[in-house]
Amino acid sequence: MNRTAPPPPVDAEDRRLIKAMQGGLPLVPRPYHALAETLGLAPEETMARLRRMLADGIIRRIGAVPNHYRLGYTANGMTVWDVADDAVAAAGSAVGALAFVSHCYQRPRHLPLWPYNLFAMVHGRSRDEVERRVAEIAELLDDRSRAHAVLYSTRILKKTGLRLAD
Amino acid sequence: MDDIDRRIVNALQDPDAFPVSERPYAEAARALGLEEADLIARLRRMCADGLLSRFGPLFDAERLGGAVTLAAMSVPEDRFEVVADLVNAHPEVAHNYARDHPLNMWFVVAAADPERVRPVLDAIAQETGLSVHDMPKLEEFYIGLRLAV
Repeated sequence: MNRTAPPPPVDAEDRRLIKAMQGGLPLVPRPYHALAETLGLAPEETMARLRRMLADGIIRRIGAVPNHYRLGYTANGMTVWDVADDAVAAAGSAVGALAFVSHCYQRPRHLPLWPYNLFAMVHGRSRDEVERRVAEIAELLDDRSRAHAVLYSTRILKKTGLRLAD
Repeated sequence: MDDIDRRIVNALQDPDAFPVSERPYAEAARALGLEEADLIARLRRMCADGLLSRFGPLFDAERLGGAVTLAAMSVPEDRFEVVADLVNAHPEVAHNYARDHPLNMWFVVAAADPERVRPVLDAIAQETGLSVHDMPKLEEFYIGLRLAV
């Protein structure tokens, strides 16, 4: 299989910059200057590259990445819904707009084992709180949802975030 | 974690709260009514204590030209730890969660080279002898993890 890939949106210097930032931004007064020095780039160029990647959505944001569990959000429910394929776009937009939903995606079914095609992640400080939110989603979807389930996470087995292979 | 820490975590999840500038911590601190050195010290402590996974950029793997998928497996309880180690040994596995469902292991595979995702799933199936259910994103309706603390 030989598919034509679109040109990469980042060049070699961008990738070096991304790799240098994967573990986080230096916690020093001039973090972008510190990165620039490490990489042998001009600070202005480093910042221009970051601004461009933010504008292009390659970097979603720069800021705090909370550890839900340590912050008291110990109930982490992946809610999954079986919605007719022709209704899933409207349903997904409505569910994604709820303030307590952090991610909302359509994914493929794996029948007969897995009939669900709409995924919405709900975080709460307790399972009661998540259940109340699941009930809100159920009410919003009404008869558009034929079945649903909530999969609570019981343990984090790994969490490293995206890493580019060397 | 005190009230100032909470204000910092709440504010600095906002996409526009932290600038690209010569003194970004100073600017973010000013908006929060803090000193630059205090903000840096508090972020350092919250990272060291594990309240923050990290402070820095969140990348979009797909816009980077890479690929991401979510995969699920039904793992027999008596083999759970062994299988978790086999899955986690792959550097492309970014997150892995145990969940209470017959499909009890859910992990995200992210690779800078989109052609790498399928071989990683195949290798995990081979190494564990278990079916790996690939559930790639077909449509994204919302992503904006933001926790009020």
